[in-house]
Amino acid sequence: MFYREAGDFSTSYPEDSQTFPIRFDRYRYYLVLFVAIFVIPFTINDYWVNSIFLPFLIYAIAAIGLNILVGYCGQVSLGTGGFMAVGAYACYKLMTAFPEVSMLIHVLIAGLITAGVGVLFGLPSLRIKGFYLAVATLAAQFFLVWLFNRVPWFYNYSASGQISAPERTVFGIEVTGPNTEAWATYLFCLAFVIFSAVIARNLTRGAFGRKWMAIRDMDIAAEIIGVNPLRAKLSAFAVSSFFIGISGALFFAVYLGAVEVGEAFGITKSFTVLFMIIIGGLGSIFGSFAGAAFLVVLPVVLKLVGVDWLGWPTDIVAHLQLVIVGALIVIFLIAEPHGLAQLWRVAKEKLRLWPFPH
Amino acid sequence: MKMKLGTMAVAAVMAASPVMADLVFPSLSYRTGPYAAGGIPFADGYADYFNLLNARDGGIGGVMTSVPECETGYNTEKGVECYESTKGEGALVYQPLSTGITYQLIPKATADGIPIHSMGYGRTSAANGDVFSNVFNYPANYWNGASGAINYLMSQGDIAGKKIALVYHNSAYGKEPIRTLEELSKKHGFELTLLPVDHPGQEQKSQWLQIRREKPDNVIMYGWGVMNQVAVQEAANIRYPMEDFIGIWWSGSENDVLPAGDAANGYKALTFHGVGSDFPVFADIQKYVVDAGNAAGAGDQIGTVLYNRGLYAAMLAAEAAKTAQEIHGTADITAAMMRDGMEALEITEAKMAALGLPGFGPEFNVSCANHGGPGLVGMTQWDASAKTWSLINEFAPSDMDVIQPLIDEDSAAYAAENNIASSCK
Repeated sequence: MFYREAGDFSTSYPEDSQTFPIRFDRYRYYLVLFVAIFVIPFTINDYWVNSIFLPFLIYAIAAIGLNILVGYCGQVSLGTGGFMAVGAYACYKLMTAFPEVSMLIHVLIAGLITAGVGVLFGLPSLRIKGFYLAVATLAAQFFLVWLFNRVPWFYNYSASGQISAPERTVFGIEVTGPNTEAWATYLFCLAFVIFSAVIARNLTRGAFGRKWMAIRDMDIAAEIIGVNPLRAKLSAFAVSSFFIGISGALFFAVYLGAVEVGEAFGITKSFTVLFMIIIGGLGSIFGSFAGAAFLVVLPVVLKLVGVDWLGWPTDIVAHLQLVIVGALIVIFLIAEPHGLAQLWRVAKEKLRLWPFPH
Repeated sequence: MKMKLGTMAVAAVMAASPVMADLVFPSLSYRTGPYAAGGIPFADGYADYFNLLNARDGGIGGVMTSVPECETGYNTEKGVECYESTKGEGALVYQPLSTGITYQLIPKATADGIPIHSMGYGRTSAANGDVFSNVFNYPANYWNGASGAINYLMSQGDIAGKKIALVYHNSAYGKEPIRTLEELSKKHGFELTLLPVDHPGQEQKSQWLQIRREKPDNVIMYGWGVMNQVAVQEAANIRYPMEDFIGIWWSGSENDVLPAGDAANGYKALTFHGVGSDFPVFADIQKYVVDAGNAAGAGDQIGTVLYNRGLYAAMLAAEAAKTAQEIHGTADITAAMMRDGMEALEITEAKMAALGLPGFGPEFNVSCANHGGPGLVGMTQWDASAKTWSLINEFAPSDMDVIQPLIDEDSAAYAAENNIASSCK
C-alpha cells in the first residue's frame, strides 16, 4: 500500500535515478523538510533547542562525516574528536581574527581547514589498514588534543586555556554568543545539516562513492579495475573531515559556546560518533541521522522518565542510563547488525507489500 | 482497569510535581563519574541545608525552598541540558561546581539575568563585578588560593631560590593559578615547575617520577576527583614529605587522603571555611533533617570537608536570598532580585553565630565592584591517626597587589572581546 511504485512512471534518466524514486517516499521527504524548516522554528524554545535539536543536528553532521570514511570507504577512524577540535579551534581563530565576516563563511572555512588536516592524518591509510589504521587515527586524536592544550596561540593566550565564542552574526542575525534566539541557532545548524546530507548523498551515489565502496569491499580488486587508492582514500578523508570540521565548529560556536579541548573533544567523543554510525547503520546517510537521534534523545528521555516523572534519585538514573544504553547497543548489534537503517529498509519493504504480502 | 490506570496517572502526576515551593535553588550535582567523590558530599550539604531551613524555619522569609537536582557528571554537555531544564522553574542562583560548566554558563546566565555563584572555582576574574555583573565567586578564588599557599610557605621560611612544583588538572580549572604563580615567582624569586595531569587523572606516574628526580622543596596541587587520591598515593610511594605537599581546597577532603592511609599523615590543604562538625548547626541538621529521614544522598557525608562546603554555599545563598527579600520588600524574589541580594551580601560574625556557624568562614562584604570577597585563605592539615582535618593557620589575606592587576587585566580582555559595558555606577 505504501511505497508502491505502481503508477509511478519515470520518463527520463534523471527522474529514474533521483534519491527518492518512489513518489510516496519523496513526499514524505518534502514533508519532513517542510516541518523542519517552517514548523519547528516557530514552536521551539531554548530547552528544546539546546537539549535536543542542536546536539542532534550537530552530531548528525559528524556522523555523516564519519560514515563516509568508515561506512563507505572502510577506513576505521578513531580521530573524530580530534578532527572536531580542529574545526572548533579553526572556527574560533577565524571568529576572533575576522569579527565582521559572516559565521557561514567561518564554519565553511573551518571545515576546509579540517579537511586539510584530515588528509594529512589520512596519509598512513595508504600503507596500513583495519585495526592498525584505527590506532594511527587514535594517535591523531591524542596529538590534536595535546596540541590545542599545549600551544597558547590556539586559544588566544587566555589564562584558562578555554575558548569561548563571541557574538557573531549571519545576515545580521546573531547565531553565537549568549543572546541568540532559539530559532536562529536551530535554522543555522539545520542549514548545514541539509547541505551536508545532500552533498554526502550525491557524492556517495556518484563516481566518488563507487570508488570508495570499491576500496571498502576489496582494495586490491579496486586498484586492478582502475581505482586510484591514493585519491580515493584521501578524498574520503578530506570529505569526511570537512563534515566533521563543520560539526566541530558548530558544536563549539553555536551549541556549547565555551569549550575545553580535553573535555569536549576527548576520546569519548570519537567513540560516541562511532557508536552513532554503528547503531544507525554503516554506509547509510539515513543511518547517520537515526544513530545521532538515538544517542542524543535516549539519555534525555531516560532522564525525563526517571528523574522528572518517577522521581528517582539522579545518580541512580545516571547509572541506569549507562546500563540501558549499553544494553540497547548490544541488543541492536545482535538483533540487527546493520543498524537502524536496515530496520528502516526492512520496514519499507514490508510496507510496500502490505496489506497483500503474497 | 480503566479506573486503576486513571489513579495511577494521578499518582504519577502527584509524585512528579515537586513540593509547591517558591524559592528554587537548582543543584547541578554529579554523583557519578570520576569526580563523584567530590560531587556527592557537596550536593548533600547543599540539599541538607535547605531542607533544614524548610523544616526548622519554614523556608526563607516564610517561603519554602526547593532544590531540584540535575546530574551533570561534570560534563559540559549535560550541564547545558541541566541548565536549560531547570532555568524555567524559576531558578534563583546556579552553583555548577565545575569550572568548565561555569565558563559556559557565564554568558548564558548573564543574558538570562540569573546569577551564578562559583564559590572558590570558576573564572577568577569574575571577581570584577563591573564586568561580570551576574557572576560571584566570593569568598575566595583560585588566585587567592595560589597566593595563600605561597604566603604560608613564606611564613615558614625564606622561599627565594626554592623549587616549587605545581601539579595541576590539565583543564581550565588547573590552569587558572599558573599566571598568578608565575607573577609570584618573579616577585619572590622561587623556581616554578609545571606538571599537568590529564583528565581524569588516574595516570600520574611520569609526573611524580619527575618530582622524585627534581626534588622540589614544595608541591602545590590543583586537582579534583580521583586525581587527588592518586596524587597523594603517588607522593606516598616516592616518600615525598607530606608536610611539603599542599593542595588547593578542592584537593583537601577526606576522600582524597583516606585511601593512602597513614602515609597521608601531614598532608596540607588550603581552605576558606571551617572544618569538622563542631558547630551548633550540625545538631539542628541531625534533629530536623537526618532524624526526619530527609538526609540527602546516603547521609554518610555529614561533617566532611566538602559537605561543609556545600553547606556553606547553601548558607551564603540563603543569606543572599534574605538580603534580597529585605532590599525588595517581598518574600517572593526573582533571579534579578537574588542578584541584588548577592551583591549586597554582608556576612558578619554575629550572623554566622546566629546561624549556628560561629567562626565558620571569614567576615566579608560583597560590592558591585568586588564580587570576589576578601580572599582570606586558611590552611588545614590531615591527621591520619585521628582521621580529621584541623585548621593550622588562621584565615589570612592573600597578595592582592599581585592578584588585582591580573583580575583587572583578564576581565578587561573579556569585556573588550564581548563588548561589555561597565555595570557599576
